[in-house]
Amino acid sequence: MYLYDEIDQRIVDERVAQFRDQTRRFLAGKLSEEEFRALRLRNGLYIQKHAPMLRIAIPYGILASRQLRKLAHIARTWDRGYGHFSTRQNLQLNWPKLEDVPEILAELATVQMHAIQTSGNCVRNITTDHFAGVAPDEVVDSLVWSEILRQWSTFHPEFTYLPRKFKIAISGSPADRAATGVHDIGLLALKNGAGETGFRVLVGGGLGRTPMVGFVIREFLPWRHLLTYIEAILRVYNRYGRRDNIHKARIKILVKERGPEAFRAEVDAEWAHLENGPAMLTESEVERVSARFTRPQYETLSDEPLQTKGTGPGFISWRSRNVHPHRVPGYAAVTLSLKKTGVPPGDLTADQMDAVADLTDRYSFGELRVTHEQNLVLADVRQRDLHALWIEARGLGLATPNIGLLTNIIACPGGDFCSLANARSIPIAEAIQRRFDDLDYVFDIGELDLNISGCMNACGHHHVGHIGILGVDKNGEEWYQVEVGGSQTRVPGAPAALGRVVGPSFSADEVPDAIERLIEVYLEQRDSDAERFIDVVHRIGVAPFKERVYGNTGQRRENLERQLAVA
Amino acid sequence: MATLVKDERISSDNWQSLEGGAQRWLSVGEDGFVADFPQHADLIAPLALLKVRGKELFARAGRSGAVLEPHEDPAALAAMLERLSLIAIRFPKFGDGRGYSIARLLRERYGYRGELRAIGDVLRDQLLFMKRSGFDSFSLREDQDPDEALAAFGELSEQYQASNTQPQPLFRRRPHEVRAA
Repeated sequence: MYLYDEIDQRIVDERVAQFRDQTRRFLAGKLSEEEFRALRLRNGLYIQKHAPMLRIAIPYGILASRQLRKLAHIARTWDRGYGHFSTRQNLQLNWPKLEDVPEILAELATVQMHAIQTSGNCVRNITTDHFAGVAPDEVVDSLVWSEILRQWSTFHPEFTYLPRKFKIAISGSPADRAATGVHDIGLLALKNGAGETGFRVLVGGGLGRTPMVGFVIREFLPWRHLLTYIEAILRVYNRYGRRDNIHKARIKILVKERGPEAFRAEVDAEWAHLENGPAMLTESEVERVSARFTRPQYETLSDEPLQTKGTGPGFISWRSRNVHPHRVPGYAAVTLSLKKTGVPPGDLTADQMDAVADLTDRYSFGELRVTHEQNLVLADVRQRDLHALWIEARGLGLATPNIGLLTNIIACPGGDFCSLANARSIPIAEAIQRRFDDLDYVFDIGELDLNISGCMNACGHHHVGHIGILGVDKNGEEWYQVEVGGSQTRVPGAPAALGRVVGPSFSADEVPDAIERLIEVYLEQRDSDAERFIDVVHRIGVAPFKERVYGNTGQRRENLERQLAVA
Repeated sequence: MATLVKDERISSDNWQSLEGGAQRWLSVGEDGFVADFPQHADLIAPLALLKVRGKELFARAGRSGAVLEPHEDPAALAAMLERLSLIAIRFPKFGDGRGYSIARLLRERYGYRGELRAIGDVLRDQLLFMKRSGFDSFSLREDQDPDEALAAFGELSEQYQASNTQPQPLFRRRPHEVRAA
């Protein structure tokens, strides 16, 4: 991970003092609710349903074991002993007291952590591939570029009061595990014919109430111009993005209203003035940042054959789902699943945090990653240690072998916690996990992303789930709309795909049945085990799924009646 | 009366705005004439008035300034920057950040060196970012405590980006071997 130097540390320390003073002035009545709101959001502090919520930044998802121990300590001391990992690789605490937050931030600063720009209308946490640096398919290590972007975006004076929040994702691999197509700016690192590093730049993607896939504003941006070009995009957005309507304020609306070509021309005109200016990156800076990253001292090993003897089926299932290839022979990346049935997706207790920190020290060079699928990754595990790690992870309830499968449900905190939510997400996730509790069946269904959002803000990224579920409110009752066909990664002809609604929404009780019927159609229609759910949807379209889910006329009548009754 | 902070000090303000009753300066009055500008006062005029009567304004003995609304293009002032001693950019709400980009453009692209003032919903907690974007004077909203406001400038001593107060980004200034934190 990137180690702060004393300047990086000073910036974070001064922010703690600044926020302490802002909180003091608010509590003394010198700052209005509205004015303090803008300031506290820029430090990740929300006022939620039950209590404030503090969103702690985990820049591009990298955490050291000592940082995780600090998070455990904070969760125990100032919260209720657990935290929630979000789809943006951050950690949320649901129960801190407002007046304690400056103290929490001071604690965080002692381990080079902060909550800077985890909310508010500014550039948010940079997200990237959770296998960055270790993935065999990687073209460029995105971590160095993520840190360069983190520094550039931290307290950028010009872009601190944008029309709306701004999310940047970067991927160093063509597999695009960072979902660059659905961010305000997506950067896909690549090499040109001459072997030089650059980025394919996408702009105007996003989820929320107007989901859109970004358009390629530049096929190859040489790395030196990364910051100047992004500044040009942001300046155009800051000046012309809509500020009259919060629902039309994201950059995707500006891109749509201007048209991609006109938008590109505006950005290029702006960039012409910035291109070779002082913000143009230098080789020495890239080297400096790179050198401040700690790197594992790998042993010279060779790949081991899959251990089967004396390990049992549980290990083999886990090995096939939760263990991922590594570029260094003899090593593997391991996902610790935070998706055990009955536990809210992404939640981890303080005791588990401490235990995971220990595992991280013993098995993975003291460093772990948070994934946007709300799991944890130990990225550098010796293959010969896998069985021992599995036994320990299982003891902690973190070895559910469901990565990439239906029960690895991505869900926002929903109506149980969030004041924006229209409906609860966590009980729906649990009901689906309980319905699909037969592991063999889940394995047979194969790769499937299932995402749940409790409202159209789409924090559960339901638009890009192979199956997406959206909570909606109808006259004070919770209903759920189901989409199929979304994908956060490349589908033929596009960098990502948005799901399509199958039909009228369901009550909470009906959701597991509806999902089961979608799965039945898939299993009947697939060519072979190799054809995934998402592939079948793209091949045969939504209609057959719709027919099955709503086909039963009795059920349909019942549905209609219920909807009429609430309408 | 709003307090003026200029160059990080509480300062007096001699500028008079021509914004109130703009019609008086733009149309023929009952006497059949367009009103004359006061000859010796320092006057700030909205862009629309500058476009029509800029020449007259600049020919006076007093100094001239411009008010720019956040939707207006700073390029419209480019040709008259030499004649302007003050440009005021309005923040209709503190959360409306367009003025930051306008300030940078005036300073960095058009080379404006005169006084650049933030007016409107100007609050203590935005002053540092305004300063880094190129403002050197701030007409504080009336309820702001001027002494507390002055403390804002020293809150964050370093910055990563290039900006108006620090034309080189940190990465071009950072000593190569900085001690680990």
